[in-house]
Amino acid sequence: MALFTVTITDSGESYRCSSSQTVLAGMENLGRRGIPVGCRGGGCGVCRIEVLSGSYTSRAMSREHVSEADQAAGRVLACRIYPTSDLQLRVLGLMKKKLCA
Amino acid sequence: MAMNGVLRPGHVALRVLDLEESIHFYKNVLGLVETGRDAQGRVYFKAWDERDHNSVLIRQADRAGLDFVGFKVDSVATLAKLEQDLNAYGVATARIAAGEMLETGERVRFTLPTGHEFELYAEKSDVGNGQAYVNPEAWIPAAENGIAPIRLDHMLLYGPDIEKAQAILQDVLGFYLVEHIVLEDGQTDLAIWLSTSIKAHDIAFVRHPEPGKLHHVSFLLDSWEKVLRAADLMSINRVSIDIGPTRHGVTRGTTIYAFDPSGNRFETFCGGYQSYPDWKPITWTMEDVGRGVFYHDRKLNETFLTVVT
Repeated sequence: MALFTVTITDSGESYRCSSSQTVLAGMENLGRRGIPVGCRGGGCGVCRIEVLSGSYTSRAMSREHVSEADQAAGRVLACRIYPTSDLQLRVLGLMKKKLCA
Repeated sequence: MAMNGVLRPGHVALRVLDLEESIHFYKNVLGLVETGRDAQGRVYFKAWDERDHNSVLIRQADRAGLDFVGFKVDSVATLAKLEQDLNAYGVATARIAAGEMLETGERVRFTLPTGHEFELYAEKSDVGNGQAYVNPEAWIPAAENGIAPIRLDHMLLYGPDIEKAQAILQDVLGFYLVEHIVLEDGQTDLAIWLSTSIKAHDIAFVRHPEPGKLHHVSFLLDSWEKVLRAADLMSINRVSIDIGPTRHGVTRGTTIYAFDPSGNRFETFCGGYQSYPDWKPITWTMEDVGRGVFYHDRKLNETFLTVVT
């Protein structure tokens, strides 16, 4: 297990995240904020981010929210990637209020 | 107890991102009983105390979510009558051959205006609850394997045109409105809870712009203590919890919302009052929507209206 620094460039906040936990779980574990939290299982797309620099491994995530092109370009779900280096990212997912009349 | 020809929710078919991980979850963590696998790659489960062959199907896919839901009716004659009634109401139906799902008879499928595939069927093999029909015990070891719900209880679906889905379910299939949340205009429903039995709900809908979405599939536990035990098992197994243990104002049920490994939300639920079709529906207004949905927190959480698969 190694620890890496994840930086959310939107806010400049950073936190230490273990290689054994997802970027989202690492943030939540420390009570930090910045990436919206949804299902934590790659299904809902709420925690969509773009990795600007750094490396990571990933698990399957819903193609409804992450196309192959997205994934190749580093647009991924924070709940499904594990850091293998320091990471810089920006937040794409929004907690869209989908209430409609 | 069913009040008409439509008995209960009989099955849900879910898409998962990793089949093996999901089989482990549904079998060992949620604690359902695996009952079969078919040529399409679907894996079948039932809750330990259910008697029919299956109530939950999962298949590997590249996106999470709900394929279809099925409700059991009391006879083949009722199935044929409801099919005619649906057609007469202007709802197109399709027959799916017996055996397309393991141990399940012919199904009549149609698309709800909310975008969900909805089925009726009359026949599914009785495999029992692991006990004899003569002189049974109160429970068996399967009742303590994992969270071990008693049954599939209900589902909450998100999509547009919920009043049109409500009309079909009420006018044709005999469901009735138990509770609803009304938007600020005092007329339009944000959410509806419908029953086809004396349960507080057999199916529910929330108005949402994207069709065909799943909010949760609910599984019944028989005590608040078992809901708390489920919470412990979720932490032991690192299951993603959305909210709870807590209580709903709507239906008064105690609850945990959590997610399967692919992000499909499920509920471990206990209680809720018993309802009758001659009762007046209960109305919740937007000024008290938080207490209606989460009775203890008294506010909606961020994910309630946004996180679906």
